[in-house]
Amino acid sequence: MLTQIGRRLATVIPSVIGVIIVTFLLTRVLPGDTAAYFAGPAASAQAIEEVRKQLGLDKSLPEQFGRYVTDLAHGDLGKSLTTGQSVTADIAARLPASAELTLIGLVIATSIAVPLGALAAVRQGSLVDHACRIITTAGVSLPVFFTGLLLAYVFYYQLGWAAEPLGRLSFLYSPPPTVTGFYLIDSLAARDFELFQAAAAQLVLPAATLAIFSLAPIARMTRASMLSVLASDFVRTARASGLSSGTVIVTYAFRNAMLPVVTTLGMVFSFLLGANVLVEKVFAWPGIGSYAVEALITSDFAPVQGFVLTMAVLYVLLNLAIDLLYGLIDPRIRVEG
Amino acid sequence: MSVLSDDRGQMSDDGRQMSDVGSLVANDSPAAGSSFSDLRPLTSDFRPLTSDIRPQTSVLHHAVYVIGENPVTGFAFALFLLIAVCAIFGPLVAPYDPLASDTAAAYQSPSAAHWFGTDQLGRDIMSRVITATRLDLAIAVFSVALVLLLGGVSGVMAGFFGGWTDRIVGRLADTIMAFPLFVLAMGIVAALGNTVTNIVIATAIINFPLYARVARAEANVRRHAGFVQAARLTGNSEMRIVLTQILPNVMPIMVVQMSLTMGYAILNAAGLSFIGLGVRPPTAEWGIMVAEGAAEMVSGKWWIAFFPGAALMISVFCFNLLGDGLRDIVDPQRRT
Amino acid sequence: MTTAIPLLSVRDLTVEFATRRGKVRAVEQVDISIDRGETLGIVGESGSGKSVTSYAVMRILDRAGRIANGSIVFGGVDLGDVSEVEMRDLRGREISMIFQNPRAALNPIRKVGKQIEDVLLRHAQAARSAVKRKAIDALRRVRIADPEERYHAYPFELSGGMCQRVVIALALACRPQLLIADEPTTGLDVTTQKAVMDLVVELTRERGMSTILITHDLGLAAAYCDRVVVMEKGTVVEAAPSRQIFAAPAHPYTRKLMKATPRLGIGLRDLLPGDSSPPASLASPSPRLRGEGRGEGAFPQAQTRGEAPSPGAQARADLSPQAGRGKAGAPLLAVDNLVKEYPRNSMTGAFAKLLGRNPDEEKPFRAVGGINFTIARGESVGLVGESGCGKSTTSMMVMRLIDKTSGKIEFDGEDIGAIPARQFATQAARKRIQMVFQDATDSLNPRFTAARAIADPLIRLGGIKNGVALRARCEELATEVGLPVALLDRFPHQLSGGQKARVGIARAIALRPKLVILDEPTAALDVSVQAVVLNLLADLKVQLGMSYLFVSHDLNVVRLLCDRVIVMRAGEIVEQGLSDEVLDAPKSDYTRDLIAAIPHPPM
Repeated sequence: MLTQIGRRLATVIPSVIGVIIVTFLLTRVLPGDTAAYFAGPAASAQAIEEVRKQLGLDKSLPEQFGRYVTDLAHGDLGKSLTTGQSVTADIAARLPASAELTLIGLVIATSIAVPLGALAAVRQGSLVDHACRIITTAGVSLPVFFTGLLLAYVFYYQLGWAAEPLGRLSFLYSPPPTVTGFYLIDSLAARDFELFQAAAAQLVLPAATLAIFSLAPIARMTRASMLSVLASDFVRTARASGLSSGTVIVTYAFRNAMLPVVTTLGMVFSFLLGANVLVEKVFAWPGIGSYAVEALITSDFAPVQGFVLTMAVLYVLLNLAIDLLYGLIDPRIRVEG
Repeated sequence: MSVLSDDRGQMSDDGRQMSDVGSLVANDSPAAGSSFSDLRPLTSDFRPLTSDIRPQTSVLHHAVYVIGENPVTGFAFALFLLIAVCAIFGPLVAPYDPLASDTAAAYQSPSAAHWFGTDQLGRDIMSRVITATRLDLAIAVFSVALVLLLGGVSGVMAGFFGGWTDRIVGRLADTIMAFPLFVLAMGIVAALGNTVTNIVIATAIINFPLYARVARAEANVRRHAGFVQAARLTGNSEMRIVLTQILPNVMPIMVVQMSLTMGYAILNAAGLSFIGLGVRPPTAEWGIMVAEGAAEMVSGKWWIAFFPGAALMISVFCFNLLGDGLRDIVDPQRRT
Repeated sequence: MTTAIPLLSVRDLTVEFATRRGKVRAVEQVDISIDRGETLGIVGESGSGKSVTSYAVMRILDRAGRIANGSIVFGGVDLGDVSEVEMRDLRGREISMIFQNPRAALNPIRKVGKQIEDVLLRHAQAARSAVKRKAIDALRRVRIADPEERYHAYPFELSGGMCQRVVIALALACRPQLLIADEPTTGLDVTTQKAVMDLVVELTRERGMSTILITHDLGLAAAYCDRVVVMEKGTVVEAAPSRQIFAAPAHPYTRKLMKATPRLGIGLRDLLPGDSSPPASLASPSPRLRGEGRGEGAFPQAQTRGEAPSPGAQARADLSPQAGRGKAGAPLLAVDNLVKEYPRNSMTGAFAKLLGRNPDEEKPFRAVGGINFTIARGESVGLVGESGCGKSTTSMMVMRLIDKTSGKIEFDGEDIGAIPARQFATQAARKRIQMVFQDATDSLNPRFTAARAIADPLIRLGGIKNGVALRARCEELATEVGLPVALLDRFPHQLSGGQKARVGIARAIALRPKLVILDEPTAALDVSVQAVVLNLLADLKVQLGMSYLFVSHDLNVVRLLCDRVIVMRAGEIVEQGLSDEVLDAPKSDYTRDLIAAIPHPPM
């Protein structure tokens, strides 16, 4: 098992190298004077020259790349012009907000989508099946930012049920002492249930938006995979052996059907990390997505770079975790690895 | 397939172990490498009927049949025509000039004069929505065409020839896939600049891995097919096989993929515009219009963001349905 | 005893399927009954409805299927009245079923031992504490070695034969009264097939079980069944005790089926139904081809021995006049010390050692290990062996579709082995060696019409560009192979199996090759279609003066069509010689085992 993990980690390295190279190239592709962009719109000519030296833009490309990598190794992602702090620190501070939101959204989505898709496959042609198909086709068509806006409009503005879409906590409360950075966990750790409720209330709409967004591909894949497995030879054998429908559906069909769903999760994560950016803008969520967007507007490019790099590395690690999970479920992969 | 041809009793047209899964995930079967081989390879599990003369059904017949059976597909086709009309004749049909601002008439809710209301600059929203159809659709069409050319061709080459071609294309696709795709698009447009061309390029780049993978999987399956071997026997060189045998067989699946990606491309462009990385104001584009209307929405002026958002949703929905319908026509075994 | 109530009694059964073209009757008014302890064979070609009948009995018909009429009475209980819950009790406990393709029939991510336990627990055959032991017992009873180890195995770790044994163990775990076996050995090698069938018969006999064996293979039915039911297009055409039906078949369809089955002591023409004439393509069918008279070229060896050649040899001799005369000049094809190796995996030895793997395991896999044989002009040579013996690899190398590792392939004086496979397509020699594939469906481009497929070699290698000339030539070829010209504009999915086979043959002979390699060309065809196609192949060979390399696992077919036969095993040639000699008096044990494993119909 350890050798297998080791081998998988080894395949991650080229991806990370690729990511580093691409992000490096992206910064060098900036139209106009790169140094000017990093110095900011209000910088004087002298300041721009200083920034140029600082960034090593006067050196050759390979040297620049070397500097870039060395900086990365030290965790140095540059400095944000707008916040004045190091990008690494900014990202570290804001990452938990995005992580909490994304994870909750994904958990909600999976817990609805998987049973829905499975049920739709088992009861083909029924109401559940049709509902599933409509939901998945519609869900895939909804622009995530539009969904968020609609939800906010209906549930906050019209019905007044939801909290005001202005961030992680209403201004009445202050955040709990940091343990994980996840407000839900931290407030429970501090035994502050009122705070927990407040944080949860703020989470409802944005998490629901992300959930609606990721519901569709998961349900779709679950349904397709279940249908395929239910039509397979070994399920026929199970039925012919008189196994109860519960055993057939759960132990025989569902477990096998989950394999492609797990693989799809990787794709879903990719979409989610992108959708995150949009949802954070709609709900003023102080995560790294909105951090990057704010920086973009002010032409502050170091945070944007840092954001792209962080997201990519996170995604690579997530995919690794999914591969390992897959290997756990499917013994055929285990042997090969 | 004749009903009676699969004599194992499972009369389903679509249940023969072909999975939707395969096309999305493109896994190679791990069990195929088993070294125990006292099983004769079962290339065809069933024995066809000795004599059945079936009436010929052309592609058109089949298409009409599928549409007839599935009215939703027909509906999608109709919707597609509507959208196409808006795109082509948009500026002619729109009642007002999409760029004409009239601050006196700002923030009007939907009325007889302005069916979709007016925005903060007094511009007629319906005209803007209709005009924007052309831009959004054009972005989608061009990026899909571009990625079909790049991704489709390289995928087919990689899948058919294997070796270094496969490795290089694979590495390229993997590098792109290492990024969350929208984030990468953000990065590319941020680096290259806010123009429509760059949005098209960015969208094409982020869709490259998907197309390359689908094309590769299709070409790979057919690489070892009997008719490809037969084509070698009848004197076809490898390149000729790719052009005359592989591509025509891969195209239908790619067309389905294109239709599905159109929707995604529109959403992508709109998303980029929403965060300010897309088209610049005052151009009429659905994403930007939603962004402009977002702030107003929470204070009750829902129509500014709603109509462009609905237009987005309807077009993407239409393309998805269309893609599903096309998939039914092309490959009924992969029905969702 | 004669009035004992049958265990299963199917009366007037009609099964309908709802399809895109309306309701289709797969099975119509079928009567079948089976007594306790009896083995019944249901025989038929594809579309006969034999499988559908058994699915109806088990009530595991597809969603689109429905029992429209009739009754199924099992052990005195009318299964039509039984609820689904009760039916589930019956399945596995009283009636069991095993299917084709055993590896696919098992859950790929669940240990086989656990799968047997599931069945035992479901039917309350064991308490949780004892169920593992019972599962291991079940594995032992089906003769799986090391059952304690195999309990933990996954299906992909087991061979096809072992998988089928596990499936049998699953089916028999709860000691049902009736076992339905739906083509259980199709796809298995002949020796494995014998082992599996012997096992099934032994286990069912020792428990007094009844068995229904559904098969297309008459020989199998004859060897293992007490009674036989013959089905055609959804109806029962004949039902009689095994001995009676094989000795004196009453129904014309049964007779046609029997006639078409390759067996000992007949010639190719005898496969065809009595009233049919040879393909219209031949201008004047020689009376010799019907086996009348002794033509020139009869086996000299047989003559010098003063014996009459066997009918098979006679027929073959008529079809290959030169073969018996000894080599008139150099052989057409000479294969010398041909080797094909595949590297096991891409890791280098050093890296392998680093990971603690045994470097010897990294030695390449020898698919073909140095074989020698020749094919004379006008000769038909059979290449037989079980899966993995290397016969397909050999034929691929001779075809120049894959490259050899070492050795020489000489064709018509030219060393074609030296030309890389990739470049061979455009060589002049390409048109002189052609192939007919096993799976006709797979070998035809789904987007090409039959005419376009046949025209391909003419366009590429035949230099015919003119559309009219091309079409004319296609029509000529179609007529030669007995394909109606009207079908030329159809696509493969609109053609039947036999028709597709003919298209493949027309394409192969289009350029008048000297050597045609036939890779199990009739394996996927119904037996009656096979009879026609084999005759067609034999006639074409004579007419066009070709040589054949006939790759097959079916020894009976090889005996009919081939002058000489080569037996391969694990990449080596075990034995080669004249067909009759090798097949009647084999020298090697392996060949003997192979021949003994073929189930012979008693005719």
